[in-house]
Amino acid sequence: MGMTITEKIIANHARVKKVSAGEVVWVDVDVLMTHDVCGPPTSAIFKREFGENAKVWDPDKIYVIPDHYIFTEDVHAKRNIEILRDFTISQGIKHFYDPGTEFYRGVCHVTIGEDRIARPGQILIGTDSHTCTAGAFCTFATGVGNSDAAFVMGTGKLWFKVPETIKVSITGRLKHGVTAKDVILKIISDLGVNGATYKAIEFEGSVLENFSIEERMTLCNMVIEAGAKNGICQVDNKLKKYFNEKGISVDFYEKSDNDAVFCDVIEYTGEEFCPMIAMPHSPGNGRPAADNSDVLVDRAYIGSCTGGKTEDFVMAAEILINRKVKSETFAVPATTIVEQNIKNIRIQNKTVWDILIDAGVKTGQPSCAACLGGPEDTFGRVNEPLTVISTTNRNFPGRMGHKDAKIFLASPYTVAASAIKGKISDPVEFL
Amino acid sequence: MGNIYKGRVFVLGDNIDTDQIIPAKFLVYDLEDSEEKKEYGKHALSGLPEKENGDKPFVAEGAYKSEYSVIIAGENFGCGSSREHAPAALQISGVKFIVAANFARIFYRNCIDGGFLVPVESKEYLTKKFKTGDFAVIDVDRSVIKKNTGEEFELFDMGKSREIVDAGGLFKYARKIGMI
Repeated sequence: MGMTITEKIIANHARVKKVSAGEVVWVDVDVLMTHDVCGPPTSAIFKREFGENAKVWDPDKIYVIPDHYIFTEDVHAKRNIEILRDFTISQGIKHFYDPGTEFYRGVCHVTIGEDRIARPGQILIGTDSHTCTAGAFCTFATGVGNSDAAFVMGTGKLWFKVPETIKVSITGRLKHGVTAKDVILKIISDLGVNGATYKAIEFEGSVLENFSIEERMTLCNMVIEAGAKNGICQVDNKLKKYFNEKGISVDFYEKSDNDAVFCDVIEYTGEEFCPMIAMPHSPGNGRPAADNSDVLVDRAYIGSCTGGKTEDFVMAAEILINRKVKSETFAVPATTIVEQNIKNIRIQNKTVWDILIDAGVKTGQPSCAACLGGPEDTFGRVNEPLTVISTTNRNFPGRMGHKDAKIFLASPYTVAASAIKGKISDPVEFL
Repeated sequence: MGNIYKGRVFVLGDNIDTDQIIPAKFLVYDLEDSEEKKEYGKHALSGLPEKENGDKPFVAEGAYKSEYSVIIAGENFGCGSSREHAPAALQISGVKFIVAANFARIFYRNCIDGGFLVPVESKEYLTKKFKTGDFAVIDVDRSVIKKNTGEEFELFDMGKSREIVDAGGLFKYARKIGMI
């Protein structure tokens, strides 16, 4: 009996020939990532368990990427950055994207892509549930808590139960205006918010092959909202090029074996997807945007690991060009590189950045910002019971701030279209 | 972990996510500081919308410990973020057991590996069988939870997680088996 890609990666790292779903194994970790909210408590547990003067297992394999509470006056949030500064210096951890310096970047999951930190065939562990984003790079990437991360910090190892895999196959082509965000919102609403708990979701098919790497990141980013352990896409020429262009060679080409066992195979054709919204208060409440076009929207938000990447902004700009937003709109580029990119990329000779500004969009500094609420002075935080449409990943009560705010999740196209009309709108009429 | 535990129950529904368990703005306090960590207890489950907790707050105003040490919940408890601050906040407020229909995996793992509290899955939906304020007795060896009436409900065996829980968390377990 063959293995799925996820099983193969785990087997390699458990140093065994074969693993089966359900088995519990210890694996070697290639990369450990943490950020400003979880890094300090993780380092505290590390010191508590391994000793005040203990050294991390391999400083070169640890990436500390502050992104959550950066542009705030909150003294405790600022204290976290100081703690990380001290820790990375004392441990010789070079990969510290220090806020307030030229090395600061922004959202950790987007940084992991930009700097090719997670690679095909590797295991990436991160103290953030959206670590699964890196499945787009054919990495076994999953989120853990502070204790697990502290354990990895000291040993370079962690235990895992080998997940079963759900194969999601999407053939055909997506209609114009339909994006990876729409696809994953539909998949989550079909599976349910715990339909993939403990499982891997492996994506394949012509729609996937046609997705850019950023679109694949968006897809894998939200598998956690269906409860999945990880998402994964196999290596193809597009992914190889993504690494080769940075001078990195790819030597992992494994695909799931023909006789690998999948616990479920779900088939879609691209044509059956349409622009979606996830209604309050669950990412699993997916509906076609067109069916809800009478809902007035107080605010629009474009940002986060899910919807604040370069291509996400290009999509929004395609609709916002030469138009003005009716709803108050906040845009936060995920990273400093995304911000640079959108100040250079042009549509009809206007930069994406200028298109946003001219449309009346308010821009914030690269970070997670209001995706998860955060300290009360966070840019874009929803401090009143507003109706919001957002390119982010969760809409549980209070997610962006106020408990009674109603958050609709959608693609950058749908958010931009809705911002212009002041109500939920199918973007197709603009494209 | 002892085998029999008696505590007061707080009943919740489905999909109680980590933002409800501990809202993001509170994730800045030091979990290792004996005074600061009380903030997590004070604000545990403060993210619940009004209709979820009715007129009974989980933690009384001004307190950091709850009178409820057993949570009974529905599906997908602890979904959302990987923040370990969530099970930590519940532990700090005094929760010892969560009995849910099922758990989100990162939250479940954090409870076990962090040694914060004991998550167990019930074989049937218990949210209509108990009400907030009831006493419950949990017998881990027999995998049952009992009401004051004597009525018993089956729990799933914890399987391999029990070894880590009994040791007191991942680090203690790893030392026990000679990994560290």
